[in-house]
Amino acid sequence: MTKLTADTFISVDKLTTHYGERLILDKLDLSVRQGEIMVIMGASGSGKSTLLRTMLGLNRPTSGQVKIMGLDVTNASRKQLYQFRRQIGVAFQGGALFGNLSLVDNIQLPLREHTNLDANTIRIMARMKLDMMNLSGFDNLMPSELSGGMVKRAALARAIVMDPQLLFFDEPSAGLDPVVAAELDEYILELKQAMEMTIVVVTHELESAFRIADRITVLDRGKVAICGTIDEVKASNDERVQNLLNRRASREQVTPDEYLELLTRVQATRPHRGDIDG
Amino acid sequence: MVRAITRLGEKTIEQLEHLGHLTVFLMTVISKLFVFPFRYRAVLQQLYFIGAKSTFVIFLASITIGLALGLNLYVELSRLGVQDRLGTAVSLSIVRELGPVITALMVMGRAGSAICAEVGIMRSDEQLDALECMAIDPFKFLMVPKFWATLISVPLLVAIADVIGVFGGYIAGVVIFDVPYGAYWQGVYTSIDWQHLNMGLIKSLVFALVIVWVATGKGFLLHLDKAGVYGAEGVSRVTTQAVVMGSILILFFNFLVSAFMVA
Repeated sequence: MTKLTADTFISVDKLTTHYGERLILDKLDLSVRQGEIMVIMGASGSGKSTLLRTMLGLNRPTSGQVKIMGLDVTNASRKQLYQFRRQIGVAFQGGALFGNLSLVDNIQLPLREHTNLDANTIRIMARMKLDMMNLSGFDNLMPSELSGGMVKRAALARAIVMDPQLLFFDEPSAGLDPVVAAELDEYILELKQAMEMTIVVVTHELESAFRIADRITVLDRGKVAICGTIDEVKASNDERVQNLLNRRASREQVTPDEYLELLTRVQATRPHRGDIDG
Repeated sequence: MVRAITRLGEKTIEQLEHLGHLTVFLMTVISKLFVFPFRYRAVLQQLYFIGAKSTFVIFLASITIGLALGLNLYVELSRLGVQDRLGTAVSLSIVRELGPVITALMVMGRAGSAICAEVGIMRSDEQLDALECMAIDPFKFLMVPKFWATLISVPLLVAIADVIGVFGGYIAGVVIFDVPYGAYWQGVYTSIDWQHLNMGLIKSLVFALVIVWVATGKGFLLHLDKAGVYGAEGVSRVTTQAVVMGSILILFFNFLVSAFMVA
């Protein structure tokens, strides 16, 4: 059961999700406090992306609840979800910038759609965010002309252009060289300090997690292996957490019978990213 | 044998499920076609891409079809000694059948495939999810302008194809062979009435809906594709599927509308 406090911003309660018949998240509990940077870590296939998508209301869970800023995201209507999403920012792993729009048009899009501000004000606000992300002067470049680090920064600029209270960032360091990854971590820390945002970061990069996290949640096979401060996670006795921290491959010991069953089991339904939207 | 039947059953259920998703998709877009605000700028952009940029291809397709039709019909009609009726034969064939079908197939191949690939890439690159997360309805933002633009441009392209096709028949019959100028155009004027134009219009609207539905729907539902491959391979697969499915549906609905209107 999630331990709720007055400043709990996100509470995930007994969240269970499946892809077809495959269990992804198994009665997962989690809470995120207002103003903290929560890093969700885990090996590939641990369920961290599914957890993120469920928190964003993009995937419907089998059971359980996700409450964010008082809204039960898992049972919210489309209208309520859209209202909620106006208060959050999301930066996707690949940037998800619109290829037919220039960089500045990408950043301006949420403002154009959700505010009645005039074009000049929108342009100035977008440029301020681009400046924050050190992207000034690249306004008219198309996304295909940007480097990997610039795409991530642009995605972050678009995510914060509406000054959200809550920011989700999927794999900020993935595919970046260590210097650019460290820069991006600095931007995340600046956002927390300057704008007092609550930030949820999904990553599998240890250095990045230790640099930015207030607390870390380690997912393992759909469950929370440990949730705590950096020191608490480092001091964990859990073998799989230690394997993750020390980058050791962890192979499960299986009996010959279990192995035979694994080989002959009918292939489970393929995972997919979500149900039809709409 | 049992395995074959099981496989057939699975495939049938899979296809019905997919058709169900496509139908829900279509209904969702239709329910939002008239919802404010109307994105006229996006519609204009799509009109340019789907309509204006298809004009040359339609011109080439319809002139060659008109020429070929004129040549073939002239040979047959002259055997019967009624080559003066070439204008009637060419114009009726083009306005009722070939104009709408050729236009629709060309638009499906040119614009439909591009639309499907564009939407598929947006699904694959999480751009559609990004729109959702920005509280921007992808149906209203992306699909509705494409639907309006296709519904407006295909009938106009069909009208162009009709005129060019009939002109192709004129070149074949009057310029190349010996059909009298007056007889050809007299045949065109007297045979084409509102009923034929209506059939062409109804067909073009039905085909437009098929093109934009299949193209956008296939791309949008990429994540539900049973083969489970994202990225370039997944997008190319659904694009091929969209063009094949769209083309077959166009031919099928062509028969249905013809049968309905003739009856």
